[in-house]
Amino acid sequence: MQMNAAMSDNTMSAGEFATDEAEMGSQYLTFVCAGEEYGIEILRVQEIKGWEGATHVPHTPVYVLGVMNLRGLIVPVINLRARFNFEPRRFDASTVVIVVRVQCSMAEKTVGVVVDAVSEVYTFSNEAILPPPEIGEGIDGSCVSGLASAGDRMVMLLDIDRLIASSIENI
Amino acid sequence: MTIDLAQFHEMFFQESAEALDTMEQTLLQNNDGAVEKEQIDTIFRVAHSIKGGSATFGFTGIASFTHTIETLLDLVRTGRTTVTQVEMDLLLRSVDIMRDMLSAEQHKRPLDEQAVGELQESVKEVIARVSGNVPRATSAPAPAAPSASAAEPVASAAPQQAAPVQAERWQIAFRPGSNLLARGNDPLRIFRELSRLGEITVRVDAGSLPPLSQLDPHRCYLNWNIELAGPKEKEPIDEVFDWIGDDADIKITAPAGFSAATVTALAPAVEAVAPAVAASTSKAPEARQAAPADAHKAAASESTSIRVSIEKIDELINTVGELVITQSILSQLMINMDGPQAEELRNGLGHLERQMRALQESVMRVRMLPISFVFNRFPRMVRDLSQKLGKRIELKMTGEQTELDKTVLEKIGDPLVHLVRNSLDHGIETIEKRKAAGKPEAGTIHLNAYHKGGNIIVEVIDDGAGLNRDRIMAKARERGLIGADEELSDDRIYNLIFQAGFSTAEKVTDVSGRGVGMDVVRRNIMELGGNVQIFSNADHGSTVRIRLPLTLAILDGQLVRVGSEVYVIPLVSIVETIQVRREQINSVAGGRAELLRLREECIPIIRLYQLFDVEADTTDLHDGLLTIVESDGQRMGLFVDELQAQQQVVIKSLETNFRQLTGISGATMLGDGRVALILDVPGLISLFESREKLLRDDRQAAVRHAA
Repeated sequence: MQMNAAMSDNTMSAGEFATDEAEMGSQYLTFVCAGEEYGIEILRVQEIKGWEGATHVPHTPVYVLGVMNLRGLIVPVINLRARFNFEPRRFDASTVVIVVRVQCSMAEKTVGVVVDAVSEVYTFSNEAILPPPEIGEGIDGSCVSGLASAGDRMVMLLDIDRLIASSIENI
Repeated sequence: MTIDLAQFHEMFFQESAEALDTMEQTLLQNNDGAVEKEQIDTIFRVAHSIKGGSATFGFTGIASFTHTIETLLDLVRTGRTTVTQVEMDLLLRSVDIMRDMLSAEQHKRPLDEQAVGELQESVKEVIARVSGNVPRATSAPAPAAPSASAAEPVASAAPQQAAPVQAERWQIAFRPGSNLLARGNDPLRIFRELSRLGEITVRVDAGSLPPLSQLDPHRCYLNWNIELAGPKEKEPIDEVFDWIGDDADIKITAPAGFSAATVTALAPAVEAVAPAVAASTSKAPEARQAAPADAHKAAASESTSIRVSIEKIDELINTVGELVITQSILSQLMINMDGPQAEELRNGLGHLERQMRALQESVMRVRMLPISFVFNRFPRMVRDLSQKLGKRIELKMTGEQTELDKTVLEKIGDPLVHLVRNSLDHGIETIEKRKAAGKPEAGTIHLNAYHKGGNIIVEVIDDGAGLNRDRIMAKARERGLIGADEELSDDRIYNLIFQAGFSTAEKVTDVSGRGVGMDVVRRNIMELGGNVQIFSNADHGSTVRIRLPLTLAILDGQLVRVGSEVYVIPLVSIVETIQVRREQINSVAGGRAELLRLREECIPIIRLYQLFDVEADTTDLHDGLLTIVESDGQRMGLFVDELQAQQQVVIKSLETNFRQLTGISGATMLGDGRVALILDVPGLISLFESREKLLRDDRQAAVRHAA
């Protein structure tokens, strides 16, 4: 009898949790780049670190800042401003490298993305995410997976796999 | 807990593949027909263990086939037949078939059943011819293995001689360990095999069976007493139990009237029965001597090596690589440190550095394997191909023990096969031609491997006709690779055959054939960071020399600085580094190209800062340094700002997280934790050349436009 009660308790909380999860949607890390706010699925973010420079790699597009040493791993670093053809800006104390893990060329790759500053972590429910706009401003529209509003601001959610793949494949 | 036999399959396949390699090599040692008993025993053991394994895992087809082979081998072993060319061919083909069968099982691929059946029939014919093929009535058919019973009449050929001795009954006490089943052994299989030797009576002893509630179905609680009538010798019985290994206590008591009273099957039990042996007749000491010797041999080969997955080793190598970097970061920090304790710390770090080097070296050595792993396939290949081509060829191999990194080893196999094939097919002449040229009938192909200055050199040398210089020239002219009246050095000419598709267009006999796929050979070798050279002497043969790095994981590098960037140039590519005088530089093509005159040689200059688009300290050639590098006989001067240290660097792939780039073979971590790119000299040269070509085309277009 007692056991039964305990079990139903468990089931209930698990059920609650499941509904929560569905209502919660996914969590996104947002960051600022040239005045706009973008979001990446937080599960793709491995770490965030300050900008410490990178080794120049020749014959790569301008937006490839080079490669950096991430605890023994050689990781390419992409400048998102340059990638999206925005005005360059001096790197400063708020400039960060978001290290993401992406699927690219049939393999999982670790890549650093330099952005102006990190912003927040939001949870967007699936219903709150709108389809991407037809034309992205200066940025490749296919890299945007959706739009979501956070208060009075709009956040552009990035398809990070696509963004990175288009940045480092066939360049 | 359930026992998933599949987990043992992989091990079985791996071991069987190795066993087949051993079998093949041993067979090839016997090429002259004189078979030593020990060699036949080796082959027999191999066939036997494959049979046992496949029967255990239910690969009945393989079990049946190997059983037939085993029967043939047994006839050889007992001296009833000898290994002639026919048997040799059969056995070698059997090795191939067994490989196919195993790989079909392993990869769940369809198998050419017909080929298997045909070969099995041919083997059976030989067996029948030798043994007279009288099926034995007493052998009980094996009910659980239908395909095995197909081989029954043949199987009985061996014990057939013993048939009249009905009175002989062997007593076998079989007391398996409780984990017999867990190790994949099936007592039923043993009974089945024993039943092939003669009539058996099996009595089970269930005395140690626990009550049902305590019974673990995965353990074996049963013991058996077996009476076996038939075999005259103990050996076949021992073999049945071979597969069990140390898992069981097995006592085989010979029937009354047999020479030895009690002999044991397995080494662990030898001491226990020693008194019995001592009391027996003259045959016993022999048996006693043989058993420990075998056991010793087996133990020796098992305990000296372990099987480790390559991932584990790579992980280890990676960690050691990081450790080396950390250590050099610490050493760098020490440079600016003062104080009484700094000296001690410095000494300690010095020790650490030496130990680290030693550690790195020994870890690297774990990945090294002797090149014989690759060479071993050639005796067979040369034998088969020379038979097919009607040529007589002697294969000579030296330096098989030279060790190479496993990755290099795996990738060098195909190019080598290609080169040896080329030598066989196009290099060595037919017997008639050789006679006419006054050469010995048998051509020689010599595979040679040795260390030279931190590299491994592998040579394929033949004493054939050599490359036909004139035909290569003609062909190259025809294809517009060289000008109509351009003359080339021999070196350059021979290098032409590495051009992609150089001779595939028309398959003209000798020379053109040699070019097929040579570009692939060279590309594969260059990918490994090595290079190929060809030397040829008309009518005396040719030599292909492959130079390979010892390992792909570390590299001896020269650090050079260009502006704020540091690059690593592989030391092997560097000829020298010089300071140039202005008068040594010739500007050509309106200042677009620069040549360095160095000892009667004109060397193109690559300004690295230009090629890589970085900011350099100086753009005046006189102020910087020129590092002369060489690849494929071609030299280039790399203009850099400064030479820094020479050091071993751990090669990291750029491709893992990024992509491959021409002119750059990888990256490494410097002592200060920064990343430095490793230059790929051949790539750099081709990068430079393609740039030059672009510029030239632009210029030509401009000229045309102006006109």
